[in-house]
Amino acid sequence: MSTTPTVINLGSIEKIAAGHSRCYLVGGTEVAVFRQRDGRLFATQNRCPHKQGPLSEGVSGGGKVICPLHSHKFELATGTGSESGECVKVYAVRELNGEILLSV
Amino acid sequence: MNPPKKKLVVVGNGMAGARVVEEVLKRAPGRFDITMFGAEPYGNYNRILLSNVLNGSQSATEIFMNPLSWYRENGIKLHAGVRALKIDRERKVVTGTPLKKEALAYAVDAAAATDGVAVGESYDHVIIATGSRPFVPPMEGFGGTGTFLFRTIDDCDQIAAYAKNCKTAAVIGGGLLGLEAARGLMTHGVKVTILEAAPQLMVAQLDSESGQMLRATIEAMGIAVKCETITTKIVREDGRITRLDFKDGTSLATDMVVVSAGIRPITEIATASGLTVSKGIVCDDQMRTSDRDIFAVGECVEHRGRLYGLVDPIWDQAKTLADVITGFNPQAGYLGSKLGTKLKVMGVELASMGETKPSLPDDEVVVYREPSRGVYKKLIVRDNKLVGAILLGETDTAGVLMQMFMGNTAVSARRADLLFGSSTGAPVLSVFDLPDHAQICNCNGVSKGAIKEAIQLGKCHSVSKVAGCTKAGLGCGSCKGLVAQLIEAYAGEVTDDPSEHYYVPGVALEKSQLVAEIRRRGLKSVSAVFRELAGGKECPASKVGLASLLKTLWAGDYDDERDARFINDRVHANIQKDGTYSVVPRIYGGVTSAAELRRIADVAVKYNVPLVKFTGGQRIDLLGVKKDDLPKMWKDLGIPSGHAYTKAFRTCKSCVGTDFCRYGVGDSIKLAQEIERRFQGIESPHKMKLATAGCPRNCSEAYVKDIGAVAIEGGMWEIYIGGAAGGSVRKGDLLITVKTHDEVLKYTGRFMQYYREHGKYLERTYHFVERLGIETLKKILVEDSEGIAARLDADMQKAVDAYVDPWKEAELPAYPGQFSAPELAHALATAENNG
Repeated sequence: MSTTPTVINLGSIEKIAAGHSRCYLVGGTEVAVFRQRDGRLFATQNRCPHKQGPLSEGVSGGGKVICPLHSHKFELATGTGSESGECVKVYAVRELNGEILLSV
Repeated sequence: MNPPKKKLVVVGNGMAGARVVEEVLKRAPGRFDITMFGAEPYGNYNRILLSNVLNGSQSATEIFMNPLSWYRENGIKLHAGVRALKIDRERKVVTGTPLKKEALAYAVDAAAATDGVAVGESYDHVIIATGSRPFVPPMEGFGGTGTFLFRTIDDCDQIAAYAKNCKTAAVIGGGLLGLEAARGLMTHGVKVTILEAAPQLMVAQLDSESGQMLRATIEAMGIAVKCETITTKIVREDGRITRLDFKDGTSLATDMVVVSAGIRPITEIATASGLTVSKGIVCDDQMRTSDRDIFAVGECVEHRGRLYGLVDPIWDQAKTLADVITGFNPQAGYLGSKLGTKLKVMGVELASMGETKPSLPDDEVVVYREPSRGVYKKLIVRDNKLVGAILLGETDTAGVLMQMFMGNTAVSARRADLLFGSSTGAPVLSVFDLPDHAQICNCNGVSKGAIKEAIQLGKCHSVSKVAGCTKAGLGCGSCKGLVAQLIEAYAGEVTDDPSEHYYVPGVALEKSQLVAEIRRRGLKSVSAVFRELAGGKECPASKVGLASLLKTLWAGDYDDERDARFINDRVHANIQKDGTYSVVPRIYGGVTSAAELRRIADVAVKYNVPLVKFTGGQRIDLLGVKKDDLPKMWKDLGIPSGHAYTKAFRTCKSCVGTDFCRYGVGDSIKLAQEIERRFQGIESPHKMKLATAGCPRNCSEAYVKDIGAVAIEGGMWEIYIGGAAGGSVRKGDLLITVKTHDEVLKYTGRFMQYYREHGKYLERTYHFVERLGIETLKKILVEDSEGIAARLDADMQKAVDAYVDPWKEAELPAYPGQFSAPELAHALATAENNG
């Protein structure tokens, strides 16, 4: 049996412009939240497993993010990386009444 | 229940016979009961190294390839010293008899030399690998004391022993083996003369000029050479050789004679067994003789009318034969070989492949000769393909040529590159010659072996596929040429992947097509390009390149979607490995002031900047800055952005010019400042670093900049383009010499605009200029051959006019959170789960 996830309100969706992403500190953990131009929201761990590059500063789109340091790529929905053996943790995230709700 | 093993009998235990057995064992260990007949009483050895045994640099034991224990370990029954005489095809039995101890293994009169009880081995399959025997030209007196052949270990021993009591020796035959025999004899202290019937040495590998050159080199070593000399008689007195008589009536005093005048296939067993024999034992593409159960391999084989005496073709034959006989690949076929060798003959480097002389009227011959160093290089090109090459004395490019020759690939337009390596400094040595552990991609640490595996096993036949599989070429990209060479070497041909020509991976158009579509449809934002030209599919790897291009095309009218920018261009600072940023204020022409320096120092103190460093571009770098400090620092500095973070005009260095320097002939400081004020922030396919030099001493390194202006005597400025001094080093090409600063600005801007429009994304100017060629660029930019000069100048002016210092965004961020640190999430968890 899994424990019920904690849902955290990250505040207004307007804090992230369309196509951009932003880093939130959730209980000491960095979480990157992506607001895609097509309206989809995604959340992943912020640090790239390769050299800890901040994924929230990467270029994203089409359901992918590219790490700004060495261009390793990750699928935002699954966390699957372009490099073998590399993946990132993903979080459930959704928008409700203009606010971002993150499940951890 | 295992099926009974099939019986395989191999006739001949030389290099070909042993090799084919190895190939069979590799594919199907335990499939066959293997029996081998070998006329020599040894395991097999590397005949190629025999001359080393003769000259004493290797002992006989060192050149054995498979010692007798190898046969035991692999369950092979070896009849060493037994000559197979006949294959009884009715009863399916191979019979042979032991050779007398003193008999020559390759003697023709084999039956007479045999001794003892006959051996019979029944078979399912036979492989004939009898090899060849030396050819002795007709002459009187050959055989007996003082005359030798050069073919086996025993020959070497006997030659060496006899030479001890000789002062002079003659070698009949000026081919490769004859020369090697001469070299071997020299080490035994005899004076050697080489006698060759043809007008030159090594007639199979060299043309007459290189043959002459080799002769001079060999004569300088103290070996005499006589060409066009045919020996008719060996003259003896008191049982010892005294001289040779020649067909032209002359003669030569000598104490001993070694004949090395070529080889002839050994075919007696085939003839005796009723198989088809012409020049050699005739085989089809599967190495089958005229009997389906009998195969042949090696020097005894005639395949498609040709005989082969080099190892590479024979190895290929052995593989095909093993594929077929084991059923590993029943469709395998040997289609013949192109002949090329790289070797050292008497210490002289030599590579020879294909034809030595032109044979068709349109054959193109390229020759380089340097007699003082004994260097000769020749290419024969037919229909832009290499059909022959000779490299004597210097063989740097042999590997590449061999690939082109073997692969039948088109050769480079600049033939000189083929002889001397490319003028661009690309490696001359073929990657083909590198060991597998050699690193090809120095950015991502990818070895040749890994790339080879991707090509051979991963079937990556394009540069981009190899990159996708191994990461080779994804760093600075300078190894892509090597990757292409490896593909050519191991897959035959580079598959042209059209996506390699796309400007960005997500839009299937080359740059010129993309620009045309963007202009035609009036696409002013990155998302509009995805919508109209990529079926609505957003590709993150394409956003940054498209943003750069759109800004170039539309200048101030560009719809700047900030999410399409790389992080550096979003926050106008260069991201560092720890996620901090660097701040480089603009310092025009490298000239600052005490007041400016003081402000920079104050900012460094106030924001606890951990590293303050002078850059290579004559500015100051403040490193280790937190993102949310960026706008505050810019405000405090009050200096515009130095753009040290983007693909754009970066800086223009200068030397001290005319005000103080004793040598300066042009005001390089003023010009650098004018350049930097005009072009600051101009985006381009890659960064542009400029410099001005007040004289040709080049203190500011203007010759090796993307664009460099160098003052010369007479109040003139030379403008160089396409220089580089990074991973690649290249002196720029002179575009034009002008009189005024305004003209420097005009041509600089015109070249920049052309590069902005035609450069591939992330293509530096040195590559761009080399790709287009300076002559082409001069025509377009100086002579205005396309009539676009005025338009280029006008578009550059528009870009200049559209410049806004990005650090002004310190006052008003362009989008929410632009400079925000990670935001602390409020810990108030919402209770409900399914809102």
